Amino acid sequence: MYIKWYGHIVWLLVAITPCHAAEVTIAVASNFRVPMEVIADAFTAQTKHHVTISTASTGKLYAQITHGAPFEVLLAADTRHPQLLIDKGVAVEGSVFTYAVGRLTLWSPNPTLMIDGLNALRQDGIRHVAMANPKTAPYGQAAYEVLNSKGLWPLLQHRIVQGENIGQAFQFVASGNAEIGFVALSQVLNPRNLHPDNRWDVPQHLHAPLEQNAVLLRKGQSHEPAKTFLRFLREPFARQVIHRFGYGLRG
Amino acid sequence: MLSYDDLQALWLTLQLATVTVCVLLIVGTPIAWWLAHSRSKLQTIVEAVVALPLVLPPTVLGFYLLIAMSPQGIIGSPWLQFTDATLSFSFTALVIASTLYSLPFVVQPLQTSFEAVGSMPLETASMLRASPVDAFISVASPLALRGYITATVLGFAHTLGEFGVVLMVGGSIPGKTKVLSISIYDHVETLEYAQAHTLSGGLLLFSFITLLIVYTINRRLPIRVA
Repeated sequence: MYIKWYGHIVWLLVAITPCHAAEVTIAVASNFRVPMEVIADAFTAQTKHHVTISTASTGKLYAQITHGAPFEVLLAADTRHPQLLIDKGVAVEGSVFTYAVGRLTLWSPNPTLMIDGLNALRQDGIRHVAMANPKTAPYGQAAYEVLNSKGLWPLLQHRIVQGENIGQAFQFVASGNAEIGFVALSQVLNPRNLHPDNRWDVPQHLHAPLEQNAVLLRKGQSHEPAKTFLRFLREPFARQVIHRFGYGLRG
Repeated sequence: MLSYDDLQALWLTLQLATVTVCVLLIVGTPIAWWLAHSRSKLQTIVEAVVALPLVLPPTVLGFYLLIAMSPQGIIGSPWLQFTDATLSFSFTALVIASTLYSLPFVVQPLQTSFEAVGSMPLETASMLRASPVDAFISVASPLALRGYITATVLGFAHTLGEFGVVLMVGGSIPGKTKVLSISIYDHVETLEYAQAHTLSGGLLLFSFITLLIVYTINRRLPIRVA
């Protein structure tokens, strides 16, 4: 009886203290979810560190982090929120860098709708245009800037449906509830998407650049694997994955 | 104190809750009546189906509704043909979603009160040559008044508080599908805590008063059955 009980404790200790493998907890903006999974798998294979990924809109991740969420690294969809976290003392100054430059794309699973760039939105068959919430998601803000600069906002305002983050905007279009939508190129290039070609990549001069910054958070400051991950994100393999999902790269 | 957007969300939410409760009372009455009086084996199955929204995550309902209400979906496709409008992201879509979601909150109190009324008063009415419909309207439903009040209040309050399903099928369109709970969510995300406090505090107070009314009624209004 006594030995049995003791044995359980030993097993518990073995289970919770693996020799070198540790865990890194990373908050990731929704648009980067799929590339992040690819990169995390490679990171785990190489370092044996396990990666936990949480995705949401950058705005929500920001609110969670400022309220004590246990994330060690943030991969945001903009440059503003990482800077705000540094200003608040929640993120580590000097750790911030641009890991990807996002591309906004107009996408529909229906190829007949994709004609003539933005003019596709003027067609009668379009009842709903999906985009992310401009207040919380940088890709939503970019979509708003595009529509506004082309004078399409007043025309489309009542047909816009907003996803809480870019993931939901994509899902509205993919499920056929909205005919067309402004989504991240990375989502369209997801290997699970069957219609990657029915799209019009929005020229980048139509909106402020979607520079996406990564930053080390205070909770990861003394956790070596978190820093290792940020280094891994700048290495050729990760950059290649980021590029493959349609992002631009800096530096 | 409330912005135009918030007022719009408040008004929309009240409309949604009112319409949903009306639909629920109409749909829920025959279901509850049948559940209270049937001795069929189907009864248990129907009872379980009605109670499903109590235990299912709203995302399950939201997911199925999103598929069903899309222009290619089993509800959305005929809807598009008949009305020439898409069902998803519309006020009607929210009414359908809320009706399903709040169904047990209306059916269960009605069923309980119908069971309490029993079949005696109806048999008496029938002996006095009242038609079944007449007997229901002039005898059974007044006796089940307490059940109707509880069902109305709970159905209304539960629809006000709905979030998950609406988030999934609504599309957050101001004035059409952006209800109070979604507004609160957006305010929290954008760190507009003052607005979030106003709306949340209001809902908290309203929900408390609502439940207080229900419990007071339950105490003061005993079922009037001899």
